[in-house]
Amino acid sequence: MANKTDSNVYTVVFAAVMVVVVGSILAFLASALRPNIKENERFEKQQNILYAMGVNENGDDAGSVNFIPTDVVEDEFASYIKEQLVIQGDKITEDNEAYLIDLKKQLANIKKGEDYKLPVFIGEKDGKKFYIIPMYGKGLWDAIWGFIALDDTMTVQGVYFDHKGETPGLGANIKMRYFMDDFKGETILNGTQYAGIDVAKGNNDPLNNTKDDNEVDALAGATITGNGVSAMIRETVKLYKPYLETIRAK
Amino acid sequence: MALLSKKDTNLITDPLADNNPITIQVLGICSALAITAELKASLVMAISVMFVLGAGNVVISLMRNIIPSKIRIIVQLIVVATLVIIVDQVLKAYAYELSKTLAVFVGLIITNCIIMGRFEAFALANGPWRSFLDGIGNSLGYGVILVIVGFFRELLGSGTLFGYPVLGDPIMKTGLYATGYENNGFMIIPPAALIVVGIIIWVQRSRNPALVEEN
Repeated sequence: MANKTDSNVYTVVFAAVMVVVVGSILAFLASALRPNIKENERFEKQQNILYAMGVNENGDDAGSVNFIPTDVVEDEFASYIKEQLVIQGDKITEDNEAYLIDLKKQLANIKKGEDYKLPVFIGEKDGKKFYIIPMYGKGLWDAIWGFIALDDTMTVQGVYFDHKGETPGLGANIKMRYFMDDFKGETILNGTQYAGIDVAKGNNDPLNNTKDDNEVDALAGATITGNGVSAMIRETVKLYKPYLETIRAK
Repeated sequence: MALLSKKDTNLITDPLADNNPITIQVLGICSALAITAELKASLVMAISVMFVLGAGNVVISLMRNIIPSKIRIIVQLIVVATLVIIVDQVLKAYAYELSKTLAVFVGLIITNCIIMGRFEAFALANGPWRSFLDGIGNSLGYGVILVIVGFFRELLGSGTLFGYPVLGDPIMKTGLYATGYENNGFMIIPPAALIVVGIIIWVQRSRNPALVEEN
């Protein structure tokens, strides 16, 4: 027996109505929640930048990653980050919203041969200067990004990594403290060359005692994500090399 | 029996044992392999699927008499995708940390065959309340297997549970590692999940011979 829901007209009308209804629900939701989401993303960036320079609420145990709470992060960010710079070719300008620059877009501009902006954040803690540089690259499944904090000897003072969709338990562990803490004290220089830091398998240094080998111990089962991290650091260092040359203590 | 009749109770308990979506129906294997390297991820995935399947089953059940059968699969897909996006957006606005933990699962939930399977096999033919129970039951059955697999993979592969070292420190050689024990690196890669699921299927069928197929 033919059912009224089997007719072609009904099917087309149903599909049209469904698309409109679902579309409007989602559009309404997206615009209603947008301000909240934007603010959360802003706080997160500030938290990440502060984390890289060692302003966080981590305890002494090598356990979890603890950021500055979101309700105070704005004030803390303003007090620790002394300067936000934007590098545009040879020009370096100050911009208090440099942290909102989307590095992904800038990297795309470089590829297209267009003008691009590179942000740098200069933080100060206990009288010591930190140069914090954003990074962006590719992991196994999706984007990875982070921040690296250097001092004027090009020694890493701290890093923060994050990812969009690396495998939980494997590649996703790049945002665990035991991995990120390994980078502290490593140098991105090899002699006077800007070499970056490699996530190396079998460097026979699981405790990361050797700090001048440009290597940290890799994560088991996360080869491609690890290679992505190495490549991301290498590319970033290459990109920022002219600026780093100007601040390096010689 | 106040709240649930016997038939309704069966909707919850059957998928936990003799009609388990993973070990008997062999659905949802893809996500069971992908995210069970650690216990926490397994648990988060189980809870997310429970929400989506419970709510999705109700929505599909309410719409079951007006959905044109020619495009019902697409309609089901839209319902799952919409639910997942709504949850994702609301979490991003009000529970940002949690939403970041869940981000990686969003794609996996939409493509989970258990969800489409239950919409198609149950919600299209039953009322909302029973569909809801069916959704909860199946996601529980799915979750139980996920947690069991996650438990063994994290314990044997990394020596931790929920990220806490329970067997000692593999690098400093304390605890069990002092006796020469080593983590099994194989357990943290996806094929290990297949073997653990296989062992669960074996145990389940040897305890209940009625489940073994005739050749």
